[in-house]
Amino acid sequence: MLIYTIRRLLISIPTLLFIAFVIFMLLELAPGDPMAQMPLTIPPEVKEKMRLALGLGEPWYVRFPLWLKQFFIVEPQYWIDGTFGTNFADGAQRIISFQSRSPVFETIAQRMPQTLWVVGMSYVVGVLIALPIGIISAYRQYSVFDQAGTFVSMIGFSVPPFFSGVLLIVIFSVQLKWLPSIYDTTHVVGDWDSFVFQLRQMIMPVMVLALQTTAQVSRYMRASMLDNLGQDYVRTARAKGVSESSIVMKHVLRNSMIPVVTVIALGIPTIFGGAIITEQIFKVNGLGQLLIIALQGSDIPMVMTITFLLAVLIVMMNLIADVLYGILDPRIRYD
Amino acid sequence: MKLKTALLGAVATVSLAPAAFADAHEGERGRDGQLNIIYWQAPSILNPYLSGGTKDLESASLVIEPLGRYDSTGAMVPYLVDEIPTVANGGVSEDLTSITWKLTEGLLWSDGTPLTSADVVFTAEYCMDPEGGCAQLSKFEGVESVEAIDELTVKVTFGAPQPNPYGPFMGGQSPIIQAAQFAECMGAKAPECTDANFGPIGTGPFVVTDFRTNDVIQLVANENYRDPNKPAFATVTFKGGGDATAAGRSVLETGEFDYAWNLQLAPDVIASMAEAGVGTPVSAFGTLVERLEMNLTDPSPSLEEGVRSTAAAPHPFLSDEAVRRALSMAIDRDLLVEVGYGQAGRPTCNLVPGPEVYASTENTGCLVQDIEGAKALLEGAGWVDSNGDGIREKDGVELRILYQTSTNAVRQDFQALIKEWWGEIGVETELRNIDASVFFGGDPGSPDTFQRFYADVEMYANNFDGTDPQAYLSAYTCDKAPKPESQWQGENINRFCDPAYDALVAELGATADQAERSRIAIELNDMLTKDTMTIVPLVDRGRVSAHANTLGGVVLNTWDSELWNAADWYRIGDNR
Amino acid sequence: MTDTTMTATAVEKPRNKWWDVWAQFRTHKGAVAGLAFLVFITLFVTVGPVLWDVDPGKLNIRNKDVRPIYMVIFDGDAKVSWGNPMGTDNLGRDIMANIMAGGRVSLAVGWTAMILAVFIGTLIGVFAGYFKRLDGLLMRFTDLVLALPLLPLLLVMMLLFRDPLRATFGPENGIFILIVTGIGITSWMQTARIVRGDVMALKEREFVLAARSIGTPARRMITRHLLPNVMSPIMVSATLGLATAIITESALSFLGLGFPSDFPTWGKILFDSVDRMTAFPERVIWPGLAISLTVLAVNYIGDGLRDALDPRIRGH
Repeated sequence: MLIYTIRRLLISIPTLLFIAFVIFMLLELAPGDPMAQMPLTIPPEVKEKMRLALGLGEPWYVRFPLWLKQFFIVEPQYWIDGTFGTNFADGAQRIISFQSRSPVFETIAQRMPQTLWVVGMSYVVGVLIALPIGIISAYRQYSVFDQAGTFVSMIGFSVPPFFSGVLLIVIFSVQLKWLPSIYDTTHVVGDWDSFVFQLRQMIMPVMVLALQTTAQVSRYMRASMLDNLGQDYVRTARAKGVSESSIVMKHVLRNSMIPVVTVIALGIPTIFGGAIITEQIFKVNGLGQLLIIALQGSDIPMVMTITFLLAVLIVMMNLIADVLYGILDPRIRYD
Repeated sequence: MKLKTALLGAVATVSLAPAAFADAHEGERGRDGQLNIIYWQAPSILNPYLSGGTKDLESASLVIEPLGRYDSTGAMVPYLVDEIPTVANGGVSEDLTSITWKLTEGLLWSDGTPLTSADVVFTAEYCMDPEGGCAQLSKFEGVESVEAIDELTVKVTFGAPQPNPYGPFMGGQSPIIQAAQFAECMGAKAPECTDANFGPIGTGPFVVTDFRTNDVIQLVANENYRDPNKPAFATVTFKGGGDATAAGRSVLETGEFDYAWNLQLAPDVIASMAEAGVGTPVSAFGTLVERLEMNLTDPSPSLEEGVRSTAAAPHPFLSDEAVRRALSMAIDRDLLVEVGYGQAGRPTCNLVPGPEVYASTENTGCLVQDIEGAKALLEGAGWVDSNGDGIREKDGVELRILYQTSTNAVRQDFQALIKEWWGEIGVETELRNIDASVFFGGDPGSPDTFQRFYADVEMYANNFDGTDPQAYLSAYTCDKAPKPESQWQGENINRFCDPAYDALVAELGATADQAERSRIAIELNDMLTKDTMTIVPLVDRGRVSAHANTLGGVVLNTWDSELWNAADWYRIGDNR
Repeated sequence: MTDTTMTATAVEKPRNKWWDVWAQFRTHKGAVAGLAFLVFITLFVTVGPVLWDVDPGKLNIRNKDVRPIYMVIFDGDAKVSWGNPMGTDNLGRDIMANIMAGGRVSLAVGWTAMILAVFIGTLIGVFAGYFKRLDGLLMRFTDLVLALPLLPLLLVMMLLFRDPLRATFGPENGIFILIVTGIGITSWMQTARIVRGDVMALKEREFVLAARSIGTPARRMITRHLLPNVMSPIMVSATLGLATAIITESALSFLGLGFPSDFPTWGKILFDSVDRMTAFPERVIWPGLAISLTVLAVNYIGDGLRDALDPRIRGH
């Protein structure tokens, strides 16, 4: 398993470089212009000069290696300098956003707290609710609990957040005036009161997002549990007098986890990709909002950096999932 | 009497008005606490020279100021100077080749250092640096030199007589930045100065304490602001992001914010939000006109690249003026306003709807919908439906139109309505909407940009900065047509080409007399609109913003930044 | 519940397998209700427009903002009309005709994109899980597609294929193909990873080893032994995929990449009505309900099918 992991890690390097290249070429091909959001009153010749100042005059085979150099050499240098007070970077050009003309990594770091508070939290909450729902729904198939769970999760999944989010705002912010409709990203949690405020401002986006996660994970959990509950080994275990809880929680659950692990592993990178629509509705302004604004503004350095970081996460999470398969079911071998 | 001087004479009286207005709310600086502003487009940077975006420009206007601004009537108001230089007061030379600004004495930057003419000169050098990619370069067009005469006097010299010498340092597009702060940020180094770009030192009423790009700005009152009793607010939170609906809701329904910018929403949506009684929508008109642009060249995909949509291939039916006129006649502009803009729109037939001196008052022929007239006109021009399929044709050419615009709820409603009316006069329409970042982008590789115009008709809105339409009208000369050789760059979207028009534009550039300028501008406007129907204006679009009922002093201004008088804003109903 | 099905089928004579499947399916109340609803909604959007002969794009601005007919019960003064039983929108278009026309597009997009995604996902998943040599390559390809940003990808597809497709299939069918393909090829990855994980585990089970030891060829191995055993996660992917496809389509038109604006879909009707949700709740309720109930129906049918296809439950 260790050898397999190391081999996979080594393979990920060329894989990721290739992914970076494909993403870059995709952005290069996509029609879009960082000047599109400038007012039409700015004449075309001025816009052309601005494009040149952004470095867009260079061809792609100059800009792609430059990005690679900045990403893999310059940015780590700045990171080391920032941590240890050294001066490796020596004023080298960092990855600069087209829109804000500031280092991309500083903006990403700025967006982390609200992304983790809201999107991360909703994912954890969603998964924690989904697992027991899935298990109970399968064990008591077609009970009232199962029927209600199915109904709520399917309705929840099929109602898009641009509707459910606004509905929550209309009820809880406009009519009842209980919760704020706009997320304050500058809020610092220091004491109990500020923590309560934080809870109040994150509860609606967390609910909207957790509903989606819960629906998805609980459906896979339930389906996979059902498959396993009907297997011969369960009958055998029951015949041997193993306790029900031990059968369900130890044997069946473990064997049912493979699809669930896959889904959860695939979901983690999407946390950092952000929940674009939900963030937009509640003005959370996390990574999702950053990415969509960058996409709309054709801010290539920003889009490139965020999507590449996501790609790294995707590759790593899928590797972790593969390793977990082997642990959950030792019969799976990769060598 | 020259109209311009009359206009400027009015400035003195207007500029006194805000002061008188504020008297009733006098008090010490920062007495009213916190102000919350929301812009649904989040500011990316606070340096207008690096980004021309309205959101960036307006947020920066809380911090940095130009020498003078336009007020809500379009008149010029001095900010950092004692008076606006004119020919009458000797500030503008008789031959119109130079303008001399005199800074007010004793002005301080927010860091306590004095504002001098060196800062003004530096601002010009900063923007005119060839490697800087300055977004406001057109403001400095024709400038030969900017020199400091003394500590407080700056002289701008133009290469040729400049009928409108108020490009540099006038209006929200060209505020003064501090030389000391930006000295290391010239040219190619401009983007490296993140701290300066995110927190410029200014002379405005507020100072940035925390800037989070595309998210939120925190500001506090400027301790060195020139009026000791202003601003009334001690702190400002400027939140960005979301959408216009959410911004409107936060001011009009929940009251979480005090001011929301540019609520581009259907009038019935705004009206139902305003019923909550927490805030008030306000509107004002500028020069923004939603219009249909007719393609005078053939966009047919069967033509080879290089010929398609260029002057080499005239449009099969839109080159016939009768067709263009009939298409305009079929449109009910009143209904469009009612559906899309409400109080923030009025029907227009003009490309230049304001300011008053430039507006063509006689051009009102298009305001009444005339379906029967349109049919008769087509009939008369030989466009008849001979095969009974409901679509008119002539010489085998059918009136089928591809009508494109950017993605936006109101524009899609307009498309649906106009398609319906055109259907009634026997013209079939295919609709297409394109993401704004592609449509308004200049990517020469994309077929969907508005400049490339691979469609028969397209709809968007455009306006001009400040109050002078010269640059705006000059965009329709023959040489400005987008074509493959110029990478499809150019502002003459219709590929309109008339030597008489070009000659008149040249004449406008050489005329200083205001009455004469008005006459020429109106003639140019009429040539494009009612005479040829090359451009079919639909709606003169105002701006709708909203403020909380407790926020006083708001004067909505479409000629400059909306936050132009934020220093005068105050809280109503405070016990103080 | 396993017991009841056993007794229900045990008395029957041995007969065609598919008949058994249907008999089992019928015992699942949810599945039958789901199937009934699906048939109803399909008829509603296909046959409906024949009976309710109103052009969904027809504007009647003098007749805008008509409330649905049932509003009379709550408010006698409500503006209602039998000519527009579900009311009209802000431009006076008939909502019922729009829901019908929109449903046709939404259902077509949903089903086609979902089937495409599930097909690609299952194919790649099974191959990667079963053939060790293909695993690395196929899974790295999956990683690549997962990492691609959707928006620029669709923009590039638009740029490259819109005009040729428009020329070949006409503006509406061209954009339909483009959207369905766009959604389909960007949503198969989850199915592929899940199927692969399950196949890898199944491959080591005793029954597969037994089948392999008697020389079962790979093709039969996959179709007879592996696929039936990964049916339930595929079924879940399919139901979730249907909902995702319908909603993604509306997100696309919001971004200007979807159907032209005079082409209603459920998602788009819902999206356009959110701003007027408080004044005209019916405009969000009907399309919202249509999407939710369709997804719910498909989910129940999926449940019923899964039970019916499982020989252990069917009692053979």
